[in-house]
Amino acid sequence: MSAPGVEVSELVVRFGDFTAVDRVSFTVERGEVFGFLGANGAGKTTTIRVLCGLLLPTSGSARVAGLDFSDGGKAIKSKVGYMSQKFTLYPDLTAGENLAFAAGLRKLDPGLARERTRELLDFIGFTPALTVLVRDLPGGFKQELALAAAMMHAPEVVFLDEPTSGVAPAGRVRFWELIYKLAGAGKTVLVTTHYMDEAERCGRVALMRAGKLIALDSPAALKREAFPKPGAAPSLEDVFVKLVEGADR
Amino acid sequence: MSVGVETSGLRKRLKANEALSGVTLSFEPGVLNGVIGPDGAGKTTLLRVLIGLLAPTEGTVAYSVDGRPAGFDAIRPGMAYMPQQPSLYPDLSVREHLEFFADLYRLPAAVYRERSEELLRVTRLERFQDRRAGRLSGGMYKKLGLMCALLQSPSLMLLDEPTNGVDPISRREFWELLGRVTARKVTVIISTAYMEEADRCARVHLLEAGKVLASGAPAELKRERGIKGFAELFLRLGGAA
Repeated sequence: MSAPGVEVSELVVRFGDFTAVDRVSFTVERGEVFGFLGANGAGKTTTIRVLCGLLLPTSGSARVAGLDFSDGGKAIKSKVGYMSQKFTLYPDLTAGENLAFAAGLRKLDPGLARERTRELLDFIGFTPALTVLVRDLPGGFKQELALAAAMMHAPEVVFLDEPTSGVAPAGRVRFWELIYKLAGAGKTVLVTTHYMDEAERCGRVALMRAGKLIALDSPAALKREAFPKPGAAPSLEDVFVKLVEGADR
Repeated sequence: MSVGVETSGLRKRLKANEALSGVTLSFEPGVLNGVIGPDGAGKTTLLRVLIGLLAPTEGTVAYSVDGRPAGFDAIRPGMAYMPQQPSLYPDLSVREHLEFFADLYRLPAAVYRERSEELLRVTRLERFQDRRAGRLSGGMYKKLGLMCALLQSPSLMLLDEPTNGVDPISRREFWELLGRVTARKVTVIISTAYMEEADRCARVHLLEAGKVLASGAPAELKRERGIKGFAELFLRLGGAA
C-alpha cells in the first residue's frame, strides 16, 4: 500500500505572533476528492501553500505523496500541481504555447513535453485546436486547458481552487467528470472553494475556521451531524453557516 | 421615485466578439433583478451599457420614473454602480472611505452621520471602521464597496458580481443587506455567475453567449419549465461549453 496523498499532523504555521494554522491534522488518501472549505481568512490558503511546498511549517508535520520537508519543500513541489480557474493561463498565448510554457517552468525536455501534451489532451478529451488563442476559448475549455497545464509534470496531488466557479453548467458537468477520472487514475485531488455545489461533489469535506479544523466528514454526514432532526434537509451552506458561526460564540 | 429600465435589441461588438447579440429585457422597478450567467455571457457588458459607460452597437435602452418615460440625465444622479473590483483605496480606512464618498456626493453632514451609522450597523462593520481597506477580507471589502454606493441613497443600483469570491457567510449577509435596500423601493440590477443566487431575486434574466435564455420570477420560471435549479435550464437551452 502506497503512502497517502496528503498527511498532515499537528500542523502549525505562525507569522510573527499570528497563528494562521493551529494544530491541524488530516489525511487524504490517493484517489480521494477532498474539499477544503473555510471563511475568508480561515487559514485555507496558508495550509495549501504548505502542502504545495511553498511555505515551511512552524511545527508539526506535513507529508505530500510520502515526501517531507527535509529538503525545504523541493521534492514536494515536483509532486504537486496547482490550478486556479482565474489565473493560470495567459490569454494572449495560444493553447499550445501555454502548455509549452508550463512544461518549460517544470524543465521538461521538449520530447517529453510533446508526449505529455498528447497524453493529457487525450485523457481530458480536449477538442479545440492548440493554435487557438486562450482568450478566444470558451470558459469550459479554458479550465480544461488550465488543468492540463497544471499536470504537465505528472503530479501525484492536484490542488484545484474554485475550479468551476463562473463556468457554464455544461462545462461544469464535463469538468467534474474529469476530476473523478483523475481520482480514478489514483491522483489525490484537493478542491478549495466557497461554492457549496462544488463542495457537495467531494467525497469528504474539511472545514476550517480561525486556523483550526472544525469539521471533517462526507457532505451527507456533516449535514446529519449539524442538523440531527429527522426531515431537516439542510443544504451544505446551512451546515457551513451553523458550524462557523457556532464556533464564533 | 421608482426607476424602470428596458432594453430593446441591444447588440455590442467588442473587437472580434459580439458580447451582446440582441438583448431585449425589462427590469422591474423597486425590486432585485438578477442577471445570471456564466463568465463570458455578456453580463458586465450589459451593465456597462445600462449605466452609459458603453454605447451599444445597435438597440436602445429606455428608462422610466414612476412608470413615465425619463431621459438618462434624469435618472443619472440617482444611479449607483459597483464594478466587479470596487475601486477603493487600500490605505484609507472604512470610515475614511465613507467620509470621502460623502464629500464626492456632497452630502450634508447630518445626512452623512445618520446614513454612515446605519450602514456600519447593518453591515456589521462598526468594529472595523478604523481598518484600512487593504487589510479587509474579501467579503468586507465588497461590503465597503456597497456601502460607498449606498451612501448617496440611490434609486437605481447596478452591482457587477458583488458576491464573487466571497465566503458563504458574508454572501448571506450581503444578500440580506440587499433585501433591506429593495425594501425602500430601490431598483437593483445584480449580476452573478452563481446559479443558486437566482432564487434570491424577484426577477431573473438568464444570459448566455450574449443572448437571453429566459426571463421571469424564479419560482414561476422553475414551475413553467419543470426544473429544480437554473443550471438545468442552461444545460437544456445553452451551448456546449
